[in-house]
Amino acid sequence: MDLFSYAFMQRALLAALFTGLAAPAIGTFLVQRRMALMGDGIGHVAVTGVALGLLTGTSPTWTAVAVATLGAVLIEVIRERGHTNGDVALALLFYGGLAGGVLLTGLGGQSASRLQEFLFGAITTLSIGDVLLTMALATVVVVCAVGLSPQLFALAHDQDFARVAGLRVRAYNVLVAVLAAVTVTVAMRTVGLLLVSALMVVPVATAQQLTRSFRTTLLAAMLLGTAASVGGLTASALLSDRATVAPGPAIVLLALAGFAATWPVGLWLRHRARVHAPFPDVDDGPLPEHAGEHPHAHGPECGHAAVPHGDHVDYVHDGHRHAVHGEHYDEH
Amino acid sequence: MVVSTPAVAMRGGSVAIGGRPVLRAVDVAVAPGELVAVLGPNGSGKSTMVKAMTGLLPLTSGEVHLLGTPLSAFHDWKRVGFVPQRASAASGVPASVWEVVASGRLTRRRLLRPLGRADRRAIDDALDTVGLAHRRHDGVSHLSGGQQQRVLIARALAGEPDLFFLDEPTAGVDAANQLALADALGVLKRRGATLVLVAHELGPLRPLVDRAVVLRDGRVVHDGAPPLDLDPQHAHHHGPHHEPADHHHDHTPHVASPLEHP
Repeated sequence: MDLFSYAFMQRALLAALFTGLAAPAIGTFLVQRRMALMGDGIGHVAVTGVALGLLTGTSPTWTAVAVATLGAVLIEVIRERGHTNGDVALALLFYGGLAGGVLLTGLGGQSASRLQEFLFGAITTLSIGDVLLTMALATVVVVCAVGLSPQLFALAHDQDFARVAGLRVRAYNVLVAVLAAVTVTVAMRTVGLLLVSALMVVPVATAQQLTRSFRTTLLAAMLLGTAASVGGLTASALLSDRATVAPGPAIVLLALAGFAATWPVGLWLRHRARVHAPFPDVDDGPLPEHAGEHPHAHGPECGHAAVPHGDHVDYVHDGHRHAVHGEHYDEH
Repeated sequence: MVVSTPAVAMRGGSVAIGGRPVLRAVDVAVAPGELVAVLGPNGSGKSTMVKAMTGLLPLTSGEVHLLGTPLSAFHDWKRVGFVPQRASAASGVPASVWEVVASGRLTRRRLLRPLGRADRRAIDDALDTVGLAHRRHDGVSHLSGGQQQRVLIARALAGEPDLFFLDEPTAGVDAANQLALADALGVLKRRGATLVLVAHELGPLRPLVDRAVVLRDGRVVHDGAPPLDLDPQHAHHHGPHHEPADHHHDHTPHVASPLEHP
């Protein structure tokens, strides 16, 4: 494994580790607000920021942080003021950001390949300064997202309730927008601006296949995000002598593979929960009728779903609900 | 008769949504310990009134006092419990019943502090009051609609307020859950809480109600004993129990331009 003794590889692994932790941490709150694509929108806006940096010769990271933050706050304002047409307004912003970025890069005489580093990530070209900045910003995101999780949870869960609880809703909304923007710029060098949202959303989608509580979802998503980013980078490094495997897409595809693996389990768990949900205890329904002759006795071993119904149990059998009544079964 | 400061007082309260007057010069006062039901057909301004009382919607004219303090100067939100009108207690990410109820404790929590013993006791007590202690570890989305409403009430209870606003807690709730809701509200009333309850029809809550305020088209048309039966035409012509979840659309026609303010 001498590949891992290279300094550039160690820097890349550190960046992947911190990005993998931070992106799902803030992503969980975005998914909770049903704004899973906000990261993608900020990513598009950040392209203009990167191009501004390239055009003016300043650090693209800082201009991207500035423009992405501006874009995220603007998205938040549109969301707060907007109506059902908010998504159209967001789309206007997204494409404005992407087109502006590509145009500015051309004007600055930069080649498309320079912009490509930011669009699809170039984790192996990070300098020590880049890595330290990534670690610092990712730490801020994780500390805020986890430390303020009671407030952010209440806000994302029910904005009206949070407001009447005396929470400073607008300040926290802006905070979430800024944290999302910082995350996007942190992840930009790892997976690229066009794939950032995947690292914020896919681990959360994977985690919630199996979880029932918010806390476990948040922590599991952070673990899965770290596993995907470190694992994807490692895989691309190990395969590098055989084929050109770009780390960014490898990370995203690994995260998606995780989702593909857990989704059937989640499907089964949800199906089971639905089947076993108690039947409502309706008192004015039709009178129960005799279900007729029955080849076997229902019980815990019979394989038919046993569903609570008022004070007894119904067995779901070929679309019928059989309830024990003395020697026979009633149709419920 | 001792004159006490009303827990909630709205004087000449008017609200406009999208430039259209929805609440028109409403005078309502609720005494401490009273349970007042706000009744009326869809679009009569019931929810709007409660939202104006809790500061969620601005008044175009008039004033609101909560617990003797003008709304603009009111900061004692831990004394207020709010149960918003929503079809479900679920959101985009799974959350357990306990977690949703615990978020009601936010009014009394300091920043970056873990839950203390008093917090946990209040959460347990809130879960017991609505009879869902045994479901605390289940995901809220796995509960029935009526049980989810009880979770939302427990969330308001967890902050240990003495003034409650409940917006349509019985909408779309089956008979058994309405009884459980009535039990929980009865407990609150016996503890001396003030309750303002928006409802489409009272059902099993009727014996608890001290006074009813009936709105029609944004004005108070009745303030006194709960009416025996609402005009059936008004009570039922919008279908059984279900109010539209998206109440923005009640009063304002749609504008189809992306950056238009509603």
